[in-house]
Amino acid sequence: MRSFLLDALRRGKATVMPPVPEPAALEELAKALAERARQQLGRSLAIREVDAGSCNGCELEINALNNPVYDIERFGLKFVASPRHADVFLVTGPVTWNMQEALLRAYNAAPEPKWVVGVGDCAANCGVFAGSDAVAGPLASVLPVDLHIGGCPPAPIQIVKGLLALMEKAG
Amino acid sequence: MTGTALADLIAGNHAGPDGYVRLDVTSDVWTALAEGCAAGQHDLSALWVDEGRVRMALNGKGRRAILSLKTDKGAYPSVSVHHAPALRLERAMRDLHGVRPVGLPDGRPWLDHGRWPGRESTARYEFLRVEGDDLHQVAVGPIHAGIIEPGHFRFTASGETVVRLEQRFGYTHKGVERLLQGADVARGARIASRISGDSTVAYAWAFARAVETALGWSVPPRAVLLRGILAELERLSHHINDVGGICNDAGVITINARCMLQREDVLLVAAACFGHRLMMDCVVPGGVATDLSQDGIGPIRDLLARLEETRAEILRVYDGLPSLQDRTVTTGVARPELVRQYAAGGFVGRASGRAFDTRKAFPYGPYDRLDFEAKTRIDGDVDARLQVRMDEIVESLRMVRELLDRLEPGDIRSEPPPFVAGEGAALIEAFRGDAFLSVTLDSAGRLGRVHIRDASWFQWPILEAAIEGNIIADFPICNKSFNCAYSGQDL
Repeated sequence: MRSFLLDALRRGKATVMPPVPEPAALEELAKALAERARQQLGRSLAIREVDAGSCNGCELEINALNNPVYDIERFGLKFVASPRHADVFLVTGPVTWNMQEALLRAYNAAPEPKWVVGVGDCAANCGVFAGSDAVAGPLASVLPVDLHIGGCPPAPIQIVKGLLALMEKAG
Repeated sequence: MTGTALADLIAGNHAGPDGYVRLDVTSDVWTALAEGCAAGQHDLSALWVDEGRVRMALNGKGRRAILSLKTDKGAYPSVSVHHAPALRLERAMRDLHGVRPVGLPDGRPWLDHGRWPGRESTARYEFLRVEGDDLHQVAVGPIHAGIIEPGHFRFTASGETVVRLEQRFGYTHKGVERLLQGADVARGARIASRISGDSTVAYAWAFARAVETALGWSVPPRAVLLRGILAELERLSHHINDVGGICNDAGVITINARCMLQREDVLLVAAACFGHRLMMDCVVPGGVATDLSQDGIGPIRDLLARLEETRAEILRVYDGLPSLQDRTVTTGVARPELVRQYAAGGFVGRASGRAFDTRKAFPYGPYDRLDFEAKTRIDGDVDARLQVRMDEIVESLRMVRELLDRLEPGDIRSEPPPFVAGEGAALIEAFRGDAFLSVTLDSAGRLGRVHIRDASWFQWPILEAAIEGNIIADFPICNKSFNCAYSGQDL
């Protein structure tokens, strides 16, 4: 175990420099949040991730946000287990009919104010699954979406940029 | 011993270019083959509905076949009444195609949750009854605490000990097979790459190979080698990540941090060399979409060296932590007889002594000309599944090195031959086990019936058994050691 620590010292920091918030995301958020209640959250957001029917590709990249390279906790962003603790819903996938109720229940269980971020092309427009009779629709047809982070799947750094934009506008 | 052995049935028949013998059978032979599965004479590989027929893919020793039976207005003799591993497959077939497996021992729906438009139902899903004193239930999911796919686990516990676990899936059902019907080959390949994001290379390869064998479409030698490199990088990225995840569930976050770093390292190199971190859409029918430039070979070799170092270091730390092994050794034992019955593939099977690896059992290029071992362990616990992954990392590293050595300049993709109506199937070793994919094509190059069977179908039920007698708190570590797919199975 000590060798891990020594190794970490020898190699230097793996963590990348903080990226600037995505300008397009800032713009989208400015529109989305203009009329909404704002509350100082002390520059800290608790995130509840919900897979609403994704292929698991987005989950892999969202998981990578917790690795030492992206280390999103340094920005005050933290994944939480309970929707009761959540400020942000990070939702992936086209919303399947079979997941719609679970998604809504989780969303309704979270206190106000809350934000919804769609991750991946599927959340925006169902991606390659558009037109399927097993899919209820894109995320915006089920929940009010504040921000979309596109990509199939988006790279972790893209997700970080989007979330930093959200911090700037919502926090 | 009852039942018909596949080997006897297909003895005089030639296999197609995809390695499968195809036969129409009578309902008596169908049932005898199902009994043969139960008797261990051959393994059930897939079961699906295809235009008025039910079809069954079976693996025997070195030979495999796809057997078809005409249904009687949707009715056919159930396989699961003889061979339990077919049960969830038949429940799903009933939900999606309305077939009636006669004698089906469990009439509950599987994928149909009563939510699909026009088929809404408020009927309550009845979990199997568990009776006894002092039992309580714990319902978990579909949304789990962590960042993972959705599924429901219903635990019945006595104190802390799990008496029974029952799984319920289907939440991520996206109608993948129906979307593929009528699609052209290019769109089919994009959808296949998104069957299960963690096995995107494996499924893209399975789809490509099924289409290529159906059309007699040859793949340039360089592309065959590149496919091997892509698939082994995918395997390496998941195996190292799973090792970290298992240790994390035992509270050893330092190992997990190191493993996550190593996984990120693989993905960054993949992005630099192939243009996509997960290598999505890189394997396409006819070859591969992205070539590996001469400048990319060095970074991959360096990556392999770093992976080797990380693996050795993690194993050294793992071996030196009795408190960690206390959580993994003897936890979540998958019994060898169950693994054999379910023909469980991947590390789940190999950690319980089942030496099946598609790359060895039914070799396809480039594995037919690669020297490697299918590594097995016998204890069947969390530790054995972790160790099999560690062993396989060594083999994959060796394979990628050899594939890089053999790369010679050349085409990476060939033009498609004229379309002809036909069918093809492929069995590809994804990181979690054998993935089966079968396609039919019409003469215009449109996909007909496409069927996909993830390794998880035959692994999930074993997790239900493996967790029995363990404490509930050990479920996450057991589950991580299995790492079965949700999207890949729900489709």
